[in-house]
Amino acid sequence: MGMTMTQKILAAHTGLEKVVPGQLIEADLDLVLGNDITTPVAVNEFNKTGLDKVFDKSKVAIVPDHFTPNKDIKAAEQCKMVREFACRMEVENYFEIGEMGIEHCLIPEKGLAVPGDLIIGADSHTCTYGALGAFSTGVGSTDMAAGMATGKCWFKVPSALKFVLKGKPQGWVSGKDIILHIIGMIGVDGALYKSMEFMGDGLINLSMDDRFTMANMAIEAGAKNGIFMVDERTIEYVKEHSTKPYKVYEPDEDAVYDKVYEIDLSQIRPTVAFPHLPDNTRTIDEVGDVAIDQVVIGSCTNGRIEDLRVTAKILKGRKVKKGVRVLVFPGTQNIYLQALKEGLVEDIVEAGAVFSTPTCGPCLGGHMGILAKGERAVSTTNRNFVGRMGHVESEVYLASPAVAAASALTGKITDPDKIK
Amino acid sequence: MKVRGKVFRYQDNVDTDVIIPARHLNTSDPNELAKHCMEDIDKDFIKNVKQGDIIVAGKNFGCGSSREHAPIAIKAAGISCVIATTFARIFFRNSVNIGLPILECEEAVKGTEAGDEVEVDFATGTIKNLTKDKIYKTQPFPEFMQKIIQAEGLINYIKGGSHEF
Repeated sequence: MGMTMTQKILAAHTGLEKVVPGQLIEADLDLVLGNDITTPVAVNEFNKTGLDKVFDKSKVAIVPDHFTPNKDIKAAEQCKMVREFACRMEVENYFEIGEMGIEHCLIPEKGLAVPGDLIIGADSHTCTYGALGAFSTGVGSTDMAAGMATGKCWFKVPSALKFVLKGKPQGWVSGKDIILHIIGMIGVDGALYKSMEFMGDGLINLSMDDRFTMANMAIEAGAKNGIFMVDERTIEYVKEHSTKPYKVYEPDEDAVYDKVYEIDLSQIRPTVAFPHLPDNTRTIDEVGDVAIDQVVIGSCTNGRIEDLRVTAKILKGRKVKKGVRVLVFPGTQNIYLQALKEGLVEDIVEAGAVFSTPTCGPCLGGHMGILAKGERAVSTTNRNFVGRMGHVESEVYLASPAVAAASALTGKITDPDKIK
Repeated sequence: MKVRGKVFRYQDNVDTDVIIPARHLNTSDPNELAKHCMEDIDKDFIKNVKQGDIIVAGKNFGCGSSREHAPIAIKAAGISCVIATTFARIFFRNSVNIGLPILECEEAVKGTEAGDEVEVDFATGTIKNLTKDKIYKTQPFPEFMQKIIQAEGLINYIKGGSHEF
């Protein structure tokens, strides 16, 4: 019985020829990641060990991105604690405001994740780096602490679902629509404890930004990780961003998958997840009349340059609907700068939208765009749980940047094709 | 190792945003977090919960964010055990790591209502619904997991053992 991509990476990091689903292993880590919410808890746990250094200061990354720029005194205290820890441990990959970004946009951009890596992060969307052919998964703060202390983490080897992609997405359809379609199909626990492995001829039609978006939301189907087969486009991205050595793993021909799904990308329509679960999806043609109060474009899911290009393309020369608040968040400082150079920021601001510094803020109802009772938002983020973006009686509709930007112009959820 | 308490019953897909909303994540103090535990789906939870009580829920309990604050809040609120059909994987790890006992048992979930008195024996994997006079068997906790829970978490367990840092 052959191994999946995920199983091969886990075996290689455990020094084993072979691993099988269900096997408990202790694997070596290439990167341990945390943010300003999860790292304080990890620091408390780490301090209990009495250690005065982390296992490898080049293999720890800390990014204060959730409640930053500090939203209140308590958040400021947490960031201070994290900053002091990073300084004391001489963590090489600590990114302060001004050089930071939303962690899952920043880490690949900084070249800290490459094919074949094994990465844990105290943030559920750590699965994003699977887009690069790495095994990366979200864990909690105690795992982060133990990882920083030992450079190791225990795992139960997962079985896997295989997604064979074919065809080419049409019109405004992007990685966001594809992953929402898949989550709608298999459910929020459809991949529970499993890997989601993406491959097939259709891969060539997906940009790296599309793939980051898709791998990012693997957790919304309950998956342990999402991982893409490495191709020329991946290698090109890695060479542009990293000098780290990398290794490409492909599944064995006789790798065993629990289930195989064939997805024809040409058949996917722009897709929206209605409240209050990411699997509550409808195509744009089935949405009906949904009036909105706010639009959020950004986050670790959709804060990359292509997302901003699509947004600017739709908003350019038009005005957002009076009374609708439109907030745009670039993923990193570099993406911000690129958007400036390309004139995207001008298009977005002239249309009447806000252009912010990078932060996770509104996605999790932290700050910078909280919803009041009864308000509705269309958001390019990843979760639409009860109270996720503010009041417990507010609503979040998840969509692509194209649908979000089109909706900004009309004040209701709108097919971008209908914008004339 | 046994616990006993009154049941709080929830449905499928209870996510970490409702277990502890992000607006309260500007602290990591367990007692502060406990004050807001479950408030977005059950305002009365924190008023009514007593030390030793048990949460019983459907599938995919703890889905969503990786925030360890979620099991920390549940534990600090006094909950002695969570029984669900299935758990989201990060929540599962986090619970074990902080020493919150969790058990998967679909039969027990189906047969249990809010307010029932339930006793759990981790060593044998026995769940007794004392109100309904029913007994359910599930996987007992492996010894190392019982030790982590007794040590009040992974770090203390590692510290007390032979694991080298």
